[in-house]
Order: sequence, then C-alpha cells, then structure tokens
Amino acid sequence: MNKITSIEQLEKIQQEKQALWSSGIKLVPVCGVCIGGQKLAQAMRDEVTRQNIADKVQIVETGCQGFCKMGPLVNILPPEGISQWQNGTLYTKVKVEDAAEIISKSVMGPEVIERLLYKNAKTNQRIPVIKDIPFYSKQSKYVLERCGVINPDDITDYIAWGGYQAAHKIIKTMTPETVIGEVTQSGIRGRGGAGFPTGIKWKFCRQSPGPDKFMICNADEGDPGAFMDRAVLEGDPHSVLEGMIIGAYAIGANYGYVYVRAEYPLAVKRVRQAIKQAKEYGLLGNNIFGSDFSFDIGIKMGAGAFVCGEETALISSIEDRRGMPRPRPPFPVAVGLRGKPTCINNVETLANLANIINKGAKWYTGIGTEKNYGTKVFSLAGAVRNVGLVEVPLGATLQELIFDIGGGAEKGRKFKAVQLGGPSGGCLPEKLLDIKIGYDSLIQAGAIMGSGGVIVIDNKSCMVEVARYFTSFCQKESCGKCTPCRIGLMRMKELLERITSGEGQKGDIELLIELANSIKDTSLCGLGQTAPNPVLSTIRQFRHEYEAHIREKECPAHYCKPLVKFMVDTDKCKACGQCIPACPVEAVKGKKGEKVTIDVTLCTKCRSCIEACPFDAIV
Amino acid sequence: MEYKSFISDTIAQLGEEPNKLIPLLQQVQEKYGFIPEETVDIIAQNLNLSANRIYGVMTFYAQFKLKPCGKHLIRVCEGTACHIKGAEGVYESISGKLGIHEGETTADDNFTLERVPCVGCCHSAPIVVVDSDYHGNTSANMAKGILENYK
Repeated sequence: MNKITSIEQLEKIQQEKQALWSSGIKLVPVCGVCIGGQKLAQAMRDEVTRQNIADKVQIVETGCQGFCKMGPLVNILPPEGISQWQNGTLYTKVKVEDAAEIISKSVMGPEVIERLLYKNAKTNQRIPVIKDIPFYSKQSKYVLERCGVINPDDITDYIAWGGYQAAHKIIKTMTPETVIGEVTQSGIRGRGGAGFPTGIKWKFCRQSPGPDKFMICNADEGDPGAFMDRAVLEGDPHSVLEGMIIGAYAIGANYGYVYVRAEYPLAVKRVRQAIKQAKEYGLLGNNIFGSDFSFDIGIKMGAGAFVCGEETALISSIEDRRGMPRPRPPFPVAVGLRGKPTCINNVETLANLANIINKGAKWYTGIGTEKNYGTKVFSLAGAVRNVGLVEVPLGATLQELIFDIGGGAEKGRKFKAVQLGGPSGGCLPEKLLDIKIGYDSLIQAGAIMGSGGVIVIDNKSCMVEVARYFTSFCQKESCGKCTPCRIGLMRMKELLERITSGEGQKGDIELLIELANSIKDTSLCGLGQTAPNPVLSTIRQFRHEYEAHIREKECPAHYCKPLVKFMVDTDKCKACGQCIPACPVEAVKGKKGEKVTIDVTLCTKCRSCIEACPFDAIV
Repeated sequence: MEYKSFISDTIAQLGEEPNKLIPLLQQVQEKYGFIPEETVDIIAQNLNLSANRIYGVMTFYAQFKLKPCGKHLIRVCEGTACHIKGAEGVYESISGKLGIHEGETTADDNFTLERVPCVGCCHSAPIVVVDSDYHGNTSANMAKGILENYK
C-alpha cells in the first residue's frame, strides 16, 4: 500500500469505495455486537455463499446500531445508499433461521418481511422506515453517524465517508494555534464527565514547555452501566484515531496511547486493527501527508481498576505502577506521562473533532444550548423499555431521553428515578425530568452529566439499596491511598448495610450526611470526592425510604431481603404460570391455570418470580 | 526454561515501549491463566525491577491472578443495570449450585466463580460471561442450564 500524501489520493480511495457501493452490490449491515449478532452475521454470510451471490451481496458485520433491546438487528439499506441508512428498513430480533428469507425476499427482492419490523408498543403498528421509529426519530446522530453501518475493520469504509479529511485539512492548511482556536470556539466540553473545555485544555498543553508531549485517549470506561465508549471504539474506531491526530497536532505531541479496558476485548481488537491500517496508509507514523508532522499511537490495556479513569491514576498505570492518583496541580497538561506535558481526552470528545474541523465551530455551536454545545451519547439501561445507545443534542430534556426515546419504564411498571453519572452521580425523581440536559443544569439538580450512563430505576427497586450498591462499588475500588476514601467509605457502607438489613438506628441518616460531606471535602481524587454523591442525592430525594427502613423496619419497594416476605396478591394473579419455571428452588407452588402460592420456607428471595410476573402480582 | 524464553520473547515483541511490566504480566496471564510464582523473579531480572515492586502491581489490579483458575471461568456482572435487573439472584443461584463463593474454584477444578464490575453489555442485563461466551437476559433459574454446557 502506498502511503497517502495528498488529498487527491484520499479522495480517490473515497470515490472508488463510493463507486463500489453504488455499483449495485448490496450491502447488508448486521449488528455484530448484539448478543447473537455474530452468529446471525455468519448465518447470513453462509446463505450468501449457498445462493452463490457473493458478487451481488456483501454482509457487513458492524458495531452497535443503538437499538440493543431489539437486537440482533439487520439493516436493509434504501436505494439512495448507505449514507441515507435512516431511510432504510430495520429488521429486529432477527434469528439465524430468518437469514435465508431476508436474503431472498428483502435483499435480492423488494419484499418487506412484516413480522421482523419494529412494532410500536403504543399503537401496535409495524414501522417500515428507520427514521419513523420513535427511538431513532428523536435522536441526532453525529458521533454515532457511522456506528452500526460501516465495517469498522476496514479503513476505506471510513475514508469513503470523508474520513481523515479533517486530519489532512489541519496538517496542510492550519497552524496548531488555529486548530486550538477553532476547537475553543466550538465550545466542546470534555465528554468524560467533568466537562472541561477541550480547547482550553489543549491550549495549556501547547503552552507547556518541552519537545516531548503525549496525547492519550481515555477509554477506561469504568462506570458500571455505561457502554458509550465501547460502542464508538467497536463501531467507528477511526473517528477516535482521527480525533487523536487532530489533538496531537494541536498540542505538539508525537506519540499517543489509547488506554482501553481489558474487559472490552472486541474494542481492543478493533482499535489494534484500526491503528495497523492507519499506519499502512501513512495516516499514522512519520511525516503524515508528507508533512513534517509525525505521530504514532500505541495501545495500553487497563488491568481492572476503576480509579484508573482518573487521569493521574491512568498515567501511573501506563507507567507500570499501582494506579493511584496524586494531588493536582501540577496537572497532566504540565507534568504528565513520564513527567512530560500530556493531554488526556475521552473517546467521545475525540470522536467529535473531525466534524468540528470539517464543518466548523459555527456549525457545532448551532447544536445544543448555550455553553452546552453539540450532542451527547448516552447508554440507556436498567428498567427502561428501549435499552440502547442514543445520541441527543444537549438541551434535550430527561423526559425526552427516557420517555420519548427510551419508552419509559418497562413491563408497565412505574418510573421512580433515573441515575446519572455512575458511582459519582446522583438520582433524580420524576418531578425533575423537565430539566434540560447540560453540565451545569444537572449539577444544580443534584446529579452530574458523567460519562453518559443513564440507569432507569422503577418502583421495584429500593433507593437505599441503590445507594448501598454504589457505595460498596466505590469502597471496593478505592485505591487506599487517602484515609477519607479508604475508611470513610467503609463506614458509610456499613451504615447502609445496617439500614437495609433492618437494623438502622435513629440518627443514622444524619451520620451518613456528616460522613459523606467530610469524605467529599477531604479526599484526594475525584473518586473519593464524588463517591458519596449517590447517598446524598438519594437522601435528598428519597429520604422517606430511609426513614421507613429505620423507623418502621420496612422496605417500601419490597426489595431488601431481611425486611420482606414474598407473597402472591391473589387479586392480581392471572394464573398464567410464568413464575413457576422461573423459580430456581421450586418455592412457587401451583400449576398453570391456578393461582399460585409461595412456600416461604423454600424461598431464597432471589426475585426471579417478580421479574417473570407480567401482572405485578408478587409482592 | 519455558517461562524464561516466553518472557524474553514477549519483552522483545514489546519493542521500544519503555513501560513493559503491565503488558508483560497481561501476556503471562493470557498464556498460563495466572501469574506463576516462578515467573515473577524472571520478570524482575529481565526488567531490572524488584520482585516486591512487581507484587505491588499484581495485587493492585483485579485482572491479575496469583493462583490458577478452574477450566472454565464464570464471571457474573454486577454492573448497575445488571444489579437493578436481578444479578444478585443469578449470582446466588450459581454460587449455590456449585457450592463455591466469589473467587473460589470447584473441587473438580472445572469452574472458578467471579463477580466483576460492568462488562459493558448493559442492554442484555443481567449478564453472565463464561470464558468468552456472553449470556444475556439471564435469570436465577437459567443459570443451571447455562452451566450444563461447560463440562
């Protein structure tokens, strides 16, 4: 492969690929990261071989298409082509057995297979066009534009979409200062959670003296319940690499790392392949586009420590040390990896940059609201109907995110709260759902934007238990360096365990608040400073649940095991029998067609029957 | 001997990267399933580090195991989405079925049970990962059936 040195060469690859795409060969994107997706993609490929139509049909195994709840997914592209995929058709919950029919009827022929279309739960109507599905119609996909459509293992797919043209533009026509100026004007703020303006971070790093600097992509997505970065790395890895090239050029770095969790093996594989291809095409390495700018990227795998998402701990980890944070200042932009100025940006931040360079800061500030420009990717999970990966403009409301796109709580249950920002974040109740999503508005409401994990909690979950869960998580992940975090979180966890087991005492809530505030004030790093947030926010919004546990020894959500006995509400039970096979210990007595009972001597309170019951009859 | 040559080969593969310890430990673990005690001294000599420092790193990160695992590694995700959707019941069911707790291995060395923070598959919570197979939308009762496939 000849190395690309000019825009003409880049455009030639783009045109060749586009010509191939419009030459009549039918591309069929199949989500390869849904559970069962890889098997389906293989079945589709086998079918193509069996029908001997490999010259006409190409199965593309893609990254996440977003609508995970409905997976595995198959896209039938519209005649306009791949770039207009939202006008195409989406097949949902596709099984391996459907492969042959899809290829024969919908790929080779014009037929739409009715039963595989998404069915609107409210109207019961099947929706043939992707953009008409409420889950998609309310989204604005810029970061995720290509994710789930292109082949992430093929650099030419990315180039065909205009990829690496931003890198060319900055290296050939812009000074580092003008790049920083453009990014500063776009107002983009760090998508990792803290929301620090990216342009300003770059300016500080550029101004730090010294010839050696580093550009690091923070892909240590540790928040439980968050999978945005994983999806971007698995679905469109080159957009992140291009962002790193732009950042490296701006700050003056010649080497960079992608620090990615080892728990994401596919993401590691895809990034490794992307780096290899970018090197082959001369887009990484010495003298990129024939200029005197050289930049190369290595991969570092995290080894399973949540605290390594904190930037000084991340640096320690790359340096082969225990991943423990150190006090700041000095900030990494001044003294970072191996003592050199280092800029650390999050995956999603980097994936935004090519668009900002190509379309301009003005375009970017046209999306979102004041001081919160652009879009944000969220992973919707928990007790929400449409679990998945979504991208909305900042300034959209939580109501739109959770109800219009997410479809509200699943199984007809009642929404209770939304947890934003993972273990550093907070829970917001229904009455605050009108808040416009933004860095500052969410802090004011008692939560944080965080990296984008959105967990919906329904009325079957106990808020004290949710607080205990997060505190226990942070306590386990505390690196142990500073006392408030190491010991304080342990004491908070013990208090919460006491409350959820029905042994809470008068004054426990006040003690929790006092402890929480001192841990916030005195911990060394972000982990400790934010770890008490879930407890404080649940006390603020759901204090009555804490009080019920302590005073009445009752769990209002019927969740905390020592405080509940499982029983069947015979008025609600419809004798459907679904709970009987769900029980692992045969404690549900009865048979289909009869109202059941629960043998409390056998019951382990595992909640399987509650999850299985469609009528909310087990209390 | 085998350890020695694997370690020196791996170090050579890592090339000019100045920080080789964690990537090397990751590869040793990938190959042997854990970090055998004998390898620590060999790594110490090769990288000119004290064994003490290597143990410091190994014990900090959850990924590194100091003793061998069973034939199959079961990881029950305890991420937030899994937790909300009943991961606790799934864990207890597997733990009860195998008669082992978190971090333990069955007497026949067939299964090791672990609980891990989020594996990033929240869309199909609760998740159980056996070796490299992801099982989604699990329940306490399904757990038994999943294990049947790994003998």
